[in-house]
Amino acid sequence: MAEHIVTKKQYSYVFGALLLLTFVTTSVGMMDLGRLNVIVALVIAVIKALLVVLFFMHIYWSTKLNKLVVVAGVAWLALLLWLTLTDVLSRGWLPFPGK
Amino acid sequence: MANHSLALRHQFDDVEQQKDASTFGMWIFLATEVLFFGGMFCCYTVYRSAYPAAFGHASNHLDLILGAVSTAVLIFSSFTMACAVNSASTGARNALVAFLGITILFAAAFLVIEMSEWRMLYKEGLMPGFNFTYKEFDPGHVQLFFCMYFAMTGLHASHVTIGIGILAIMAFRAWRGAFGPDYFTPIEISGLYWHFVDLVWIFLFPLYYLIARHLQG
Amino acid sequence: MITATVETRDNYLNHEYGVKSWLLTKDHKRIGLLYLAAITFFFFLGGIFATVIRLELLTPPGDLVSAQTYNKLFTLHGVIMVFLFLIPSIPATLGNFLVPLMIGCKDLAFPKINLLSWYIFMAGGACVLYAMLQGGVDTGWTFYVPFSTSYANTYVILTGVGIFISGFASILTGLNFIVTIHRMRAPGLTWFRLPLFIWSMYATSLIQVLGTPVIAVTILLVAVERGFHLGIFDPALGGDPVLFQHLFWFYSHPAVYIMVLPGMGIISEIVSVFTRKKVFGYRFVAFSSVAIAVLGFLVWGHHMFVASQSVYASLVFSFLSFFVAVPSAIKVFNWTATLYKGSISYDTPMLYAFGFIGLFTIGGLTGTFLATLGFDVHVTDTYFVVAHFHYIMVGGTLMAYLGGMHYWWPKMTGRMYPEGWAKLSALVVFLGFNLTFFPQFIMGYLGMPRRYHAYPEEFQVYHVLSTAGASVLAVGYLIPAIYFVWSLRFGKIAPDNPWNASGLEWQTTSPPPPENFEITPVVTYEAYDYSILEEMKVG
Repeated sequence: MAEHIVTKKQYSYVFGALLLLTFVTTSVGMMDLGRLNVIVALVIAVIKALLVVLFFMHIYWSTKLNKLVVVAGVAWLALLLWLTLTDVLSRGWLPFPGK
Repeated sequence: MANHSLALRHQFDDVEQQKDASTFGMWIFLATEVLFFGGMFCCYTVYRSAYPAAFGHASNHLDLILGAVSTAVLIFSSFTMACAVNSASTGARNALVAFLGITILFAAAFLVIEMSEWRMLYKEGLMPGFNFTYKEFDPGHVQLFFCMYFAMTGLHASHVTIGIGILAIMAFRAWRGAFGPDYFTPIEISGLYWHFVDLVWIFLFPLYYLIARHLQG
Repeated sequence: MITATVETRDNYLNHEYGVKSWLLTKDHKRIGLLYLAAITFFFFLGGIFATVIRLELLTPPGDLVSAQTYNKLFTLHGVIMVFLFLIPSIPATLGNFLVPLMIGCKDLAFPKINLLSWYIFMAGGACVLYAMLQGGVDTGWTFYVPFSTSYANTYVILTGVGIFISGFASILTGLNFIVTIHRMRAPGLTWFRLPLFIWSMYATSLIQVLGTPVIAVTILLVAVERGFHLGIFDPALGGDPVLFQHLFWFYSHPAVYIMVLPGMGIISEIVSVFTRKKVFGYRFVAFSSVAIAVLGFLVWGHHMFVASQSVYASLVFSFLSFFVAVPSAIKVFNWTATLYKGSISYDTPMLYAFGFIGLFTIGGLTGTFLATLGFDVHVTDTYFVVAHFHYIMVGGTLMAYLGGMHYWWPKMTGRMYPEGWAKLSALVVFLGFNLTFFPQFIMGYLGMPRRYHAYPEEFQVYHVLSTAGASVLAVGYLIPAIYFVWSLRFGKIAPDNPWNASGLEWQTTSPPPPENFEITPVVTYEAYDYSILEEMKVG
């Protein structure tokens, strides 16, 4: 793995972006946009998370193996949510309680 | 311990292998952490989808500005942590110690803000198990919201606290001169942990403070 | 003469002496033995609970123990056997001992963390023991809410904390193995030259790392809910008890594969050595381990078919469950194909391997019955389920564990076990096991529910058979315990490679030196290539 040294200047750009996104998401949160509120907040959170993982945590320059670990962690969390929700969201589909 | 020598442990062939193994190990640990918090995120998702109105009412009892400020504080500490790693890699000892110090300071500030939020909720009678007197809209499910809120922010705060401990040890070792441009893996790994703590908050903030505010149906 | 040279040769056992040298060791081989001592203790403790359960069930009325005591007995049997024996059994003992030896390195990537994991495990075990001495716990090993959070009057939190803590030992072991297998293989030891035991340990580690944290946090939530009277899973407050089951089984179903995958790895090693053939379809067997690890995470809902899970989710989970049968069957077929035209020798490890293949097949096939939604509704919570998972965990994992213990015992201790006694005990275990658990399939099918301490008289004949089998089984486990200890002092001195195996662990001395290899081995051949041994002799 080639050592990649990221400069403080590069970090400060990332920091600026994160701060800006926090400001945007907070401002949007104060407005009532209906369903859009959830989408905007989560999309911004994902972008922020990507910035942190890719640049602060050096995954952008990291080995394929470390990238794989990140993907696996997120994928397994998605699995947990997805299959649990198959139950929770479909429980009301039949007209009697508990199914 | 306190010198720049390449502390190569016997089971490794060379420094590169040791460094790689440590970083890789840390990433695997972080993957387990994702799923550790993941169990709670799963609970949140299920209950949020089942009781949106109660979550909307409950969410309005949290202080949005306080949440935003604590997010900024934590992001700043993440930034200074990244700078600490950068200083370590260039061998700037004093800068390294200083950046670690600032990181610890902002981590502590984050905790203080969080405590004040908790204190406020306690006074308002919104802390399940200790003082819960909320009687307005759908109190049962509002309690559920606060159970999850305290469980998740509590687990996160415990991670912040552990992080402060780790960073303090790192700052002490750095001050003693344990690290140099050819050996700073512990700093890098602590950095990964610290950024992870930041990551969790990046999601906790919108989930609790933002996305339910206007659902009061 | 030979004795003298072996005794004086520097190895990991005589390199240092004293209690301190063991308790502070960072040597993976010694840590493996520390784990061995601990899990052997827990195995016999869990066995005592099983004994009392079987004695109670000898007669239809609940006359030996009260219903409450019975609840505690099967709970402690389950908790101790699952969390403190089966999960650490093969990975933490044989795995710890063998992974670095098999891949030709000096130690695991993080020896200190490895030792730490043993202490964490012991702390967790101590919590469970303390809870047991205080009065036990009666929720069943599954800790289902709301009983565990709101109604049980036993030591739920303490036991939960014990499991929470020991879970971290499991995570750290898995983490250590993954890093070690990725980063520390000997030169030339490519992925497809690895022994299949390593592949199975790798797959197991994936589950440990990705699954365990979820049950840790779930048990934490149960403890918090119980301790502070919150309502996270409490239906009275709109909480969802079925959600608890989702989180619980997200780990606990894959945990079955934490138990059985390492066993499959052992069987691959043993079958190959005692037939003198490469494992048939090496790549398929290797990838089937990883496939089981991944597919194992997609099927947990089949534990909840009657727990008011939505029928649509049940359909999905039932459908997905059948997929696990594919990689499992690949393994069984490939082991059988390996036997074909092999020069088979019937040493003790091989007897256990035969036992494993047969019993695992029965356990696996009844698993597909249970994955069938319509059938499962009828036999849920009956002895059919009990028999099914004992065929996997005892007939599978424990047989493989004993087979592995016999196979690697010469390497671990430098002594041979007595072959005659070993063969006898393998036979006794096999017969005793089937006598114990086969009748349970029948009585379960006829409607005998699990977790009852009294039952109608028509089931007595099956219970008597089962209890008789359990006593035979107990003898079968005691014999190895005795002769293994005996062999430490009186066993024949083991040669370096008693089975003429080709793995790296057999190319170092028995027992191995502290740093495993005098010179780092270079691997130029695939696993199970027995022709290489002839070349080495000539060379």
